[in-house]
Amino acid sequence: MDISLQHIDYRYQANTPFERLAIEDVSIDIPSGTYMAIIGHTGSGKSTVLQHLNALLQPSKGTVKIGDREIKAQQKNKNLKQVRQKVGIVFQFPEHQLFEETVEKDIIFGPLNFGVSEPVAKERARKALKQVGLAEEILEKSPFDLSGGQMRRVAIAGVLAMEPDVIVLDEPTAGLDPRGRKEIMDMFYALHKDRNLSTILVTHSMEDAARYADQIVIMQQGKVVNQGTPEEIFSSPVELVKMGLDVPEVVRFQLKLEEKTGMKLGKIYLSIEELSSAVTEALSRGVRS
Amino acid sequence: MNKSIVSLKEVSFQYDEQERYALNHVSFDIYEGEWLAIVGHNGSGKSTMAKLLNGLQFPQQGEITVCGMQLNEESIWDIRKKIGMVFQNPDNQFVGTTVQDDVAFGLENNGIPRDEMVQRVEDSLRKVKMDKFLYQEPHHLSGGQKQRVAIAGVLALRPSIIILDEATSMLDPRGREEVLETVRLLKAEKALTVISITHDLEEAAKADRIIVMNKGEVFREGTPEEIFSMDEQLIQLGLDIPFSVKMSKAFRQKGIDVSKHYLSEEELVTELWTSRFSI
Repeated sequence: MDISLQHIDYRYQANTPFERLAIEDVSIDIPSGTYMAIIGHTGSGKSTVLQHLNALLQPSKGTVKIGDREIKAQQKNKNLKQVRQKVGIVFQFPEHQLFEETVEKDIIFGPLNFGVSEPVAKERARKALKQVGLAEEILEKSPFDLSGGQMRRVAIAGVLAMEPDVIVLDEPTAGLDPRGRKEIMDMFYALHKDRNLSTILVTHSMEDAARYADQIVIMQQGKVVNQGTPEEIFSSPVELVKMGLDVPEVVRFQLKLEEKTGMKLGKIYLSIEELSSAVTEALSRGVRS
Repeated sequence: MNKSIVSLKEVSFQYDEQERYALNHVSFDIYEGEWLAIVGHNGSGKSTMAKLLNGLQFPQQGEITVCGMQLNEESIWDIRKKIGMVFQNPDNQFVGTTVQDDVAFGLENNGIPRDEMVQRVEDSLRKVKMDKFLYQEPHHLSGGQKQRVAIAGVLALRPSIIILDEATSMLDPRGREEVLETVRLLKAEKALTVISITHDLEEAAKADRIIVMNKGEVFREGTPEEIFSMDEQLIQLGLDIPFSVKMSKAFRQKGIDVSKHYLSEEELVTELWTSRFSI
């Protein structure tokens, strides 16, 4: 399902003394099957953009296209149920939203609300639980007796059980240990490929953006300031640093090495494997400044 | 330096209704003035340890000594004056309506006279570089700024030890750097012992010493260099190794003979430069 934001503005608390323009003239195209990372500082407007992706917010100006639906400013938008079913959002610290008595009830809550029958919803709960790497035994447990990492996975299973076409992830791994982080990110990537989903990842992690995304959007002060493939974005690292953003560690290392040695590798490498090979080759050829 | 300030002897702890021990016969010392990083996967017992150290929970077995006092129900109030804690979530520990009220909260609870209180609030906010924000309300602050205010609140009570319980894990990279820089300065300025409970291996690499926890037990203890030479074993424990170590390894595999697994990028770049370019 294609999503397209066309010249959207969003004002918080419009027509009050507290009015604030959070995003301005933002245009982003997310064709079906794209893995897109949105990067920016706290307060850059990332989360506001995110909430337009399933019509939780209506733009103050401009148009949001979600599949066949158009959400326009100044227009009443009814029957958004289908949009919300198709676009699943995993909010930051989703475990804070768990509320049911058992894990199973929590996971089937979403599907039931969208009119799925109980047996089907329960079947989906089992499937989703497996996808997030948890054993079926915990279905009958209270979500509040689980560890933090398990709670996070249950909350994610609740979104997967709605079988969305688009998954929006807002810092999905914050607070997890390195293994948990990698497992969750790899799981989303596998789902993205297997089900041909669109995935939108809001993150501070340049490593994750470089590793998983096809496209990266950089936001600053409510505007899109740059957009491109990871190679394109990280090829101008100086600009990123000027904006106070990081570059992936491997890019930072390459820059330091080039600066100190005068060696020029000719392009930016985004993985340790590629960079070490390129440096080794350059050294064996005896390339000097 | 090498004087023990906190000592754990055979400490075990089990939460109600859990079969497994969260901490199982844990013994180690923390030395005055050091920066100790405690790392471990989610559920390894790190945070339980923080809770035991200032008496939010009491061990079922074993003994904890802080600044020469054995930790128990009687000594707890004196010990809490020695140990300050900064928790993970910036929004859960901001209790005042303004920055200065928040820092004053702990002082009020301790019955510090007003004149001195005003002075201490200002002093400690200056140390974390938040003295320009005295009258700001919390929702105007970034996560990193809130955590620095939390640190100021701890400092105002003049503890000997500060525990950071994943205090940077909810911050963006800039906020994380702000907080760590603050702690580094404080540690350099005076003999404050820092116990940092963290997943962030880059942060742990800068500590004086690291304790690796696994399933409620101390798995290994050593300098960052010693710990990160554990290599694949760390990954099996659910942890990771710092970038510069991974990079050093990759070079070795490709036949570039770097002399060791470096903990800092600068050192690795320097070695590559001196060994390969300046001959």
